[in-house]
Amino acid sequence: MRYAMAIDTKKCVGCSDCVVACQTENNVPIGFCRDWVVEVMDGTYPQLEIELRSERCNQCENPPCVRCCPTGASHVAEGGIVLVKPNKCIGCGACIASCPYDARYPHPKGYVDKCTFCIHRVREGMKPACVAVCPTKCMYFGDLDDPNSDVSMVLKKRKYKTLIPEAGTKPHLYFLI
Amino acid sequence: MNEELIISGRDNLMVDPHLHIWHWPIPLYLFLGGLAAGVLFFAALYYLMGKENEYRSAVRRVPFIAPIALVIGLTALFYDLRHKAFFWQLYTTIRLESPMSWGAWTLLVITTASFIWCALHIREFFPDWDWKYNWLRELETFFNKYKKHLAWVILIFAIITGVYTGILLSAFNARPLWNTSVLGPLFLASGLSAGAATIVLASKNREERLLFTKIDLIILGVELFLIVHMFMGFLASTQVQIEAAGLFLGGEYTMVFWIFVVMLGIIIPGVLDLMELRGRHIPAVIPGILVLFGSLMFRFVFVFAGQVSRWLY
Repeated sequence: MRYAMAIDTKKCVGCSDCVVACQTENNVPIGFCRDWVVEVMDGTYPQLEIELRSERCNQCENPPCVRCCPTGASHVAEGGIVLVKPNKCIGCGACIASCPYDARYPHPKGYVDKCTFCIHRVREGMKPACVAVCPTKCMYFGDLDDPNSDVSMVLKKRKYKTLIPEAGTKPHLYFLI
Repeated sequence: MNEELIISGRDNLMVDPHLHIWHWPIPLYLFLGGLAAGVLFFAALYYLMGKENEYRSAVRRVPFIAPIALVIGLTALFYDLRHKAFFWQLYTTIRLESPMSWGAWTLLVITTASFIWCALHIREFFPDWDWKYNWLRELETFFNKYKKHLAWVILIFAIITGVYTGILLSAFNARPLWNTSVLGPLFLASGLSAGAATIVLASKNREERLLFTKIDLIILGVELFLIVHMFMGFLASTQVQIEAAGLFLGGEYTMVFWIFVVMLGIIIPGVLDLMELRGRHIPAVIPGILVLFGSLMFRFVFVFAGQVSRWLY
């Protein structure tokens, strides 16, 4: 099993619903976020192009955060999702420094927190909160090993990219372009 | 034009806008760890070479700085942890992939060994010292008997500690400025030169001072070579590393790096060392303090600049 997410940059309108849904679902403390929206402006006026990307932890196949964690608090869990065990985390910040996507943040309680692909929802057969609320339905979630999952199907049809693949992290967050 | 904006109001504390997860405790600790490693390395080395009496300061007196530096450094490290009550989790596992994990174990060994080494030489400062309890006296006899083994442990673990302070940073491929293997030897060299400078500062024996001035000069040369080497590596590498090097070549850390680290920390003390060796009388305190200052600044500059460097994105 290999969970992944694909996000359609052509459909995304940058409404930040995914951000709010995540903060509500996961009780993210005020002032912090596990996902965020990036707007990339390219070109010169009037030939401008905008790309909108809802970003979060890339749930890398080769996660540098897990490699550098001194206690094993950061670990690869079911479906290849990278999780943090709060009661093993010492809050040293190594994983935060090691993430090329800056996807982790120090939770005010002391441990390091990040996107979990809403594993608690996925286990119950639901979609992650951000995917479930997206008003333009631009997010696809599922198991890459299952050829009939939403994410496998859309990746077969569409062109896509990953972020900073040259960092060698093998990200599992795909952006449809 | 290509402009990227995070429009959802992302403002994760200590991550945005510039990642700044590690503050002053980390560079302070890296400096103190390197200094302790340098001091202990020379103590163990000259003890094993049988020069205990010629280089008394280096072998017997200056090592007292090591446990003090290590304890202050470890306190700084502990202060920097955000989930302090769980720090013991470090000692429940050994993860070789994580420099911080084996570094924590190395620190445990070197700190304990440095305390034992100092206990064996406590009569340097308190000639009438008595351990009071019999088991402590027996322990002293035991370690005196195996002092050579202890010295070997200190020698090896001092090198590991010195290298580890650099490897700790170079293991992060997400921060291109840190992501160079030269950092290991560079931090070791910086720690050794700080150790040699401390011995020059503390020693009252002219011969010993001259020897460690010579050693210091050589290590400063090596450091300079490694710095040049590091820039060559960066500039011949990928765009991210070229930009990382740019932080020191016209970017926001240029002044502080070239003036405080290279000029005041390496070149000027190196020239003063050379003048001393050529027979001019230079007060030992000037190059000594400059080397220590440069070594400290080097850590600060590197830890802070590294967190600014990132992948193009």
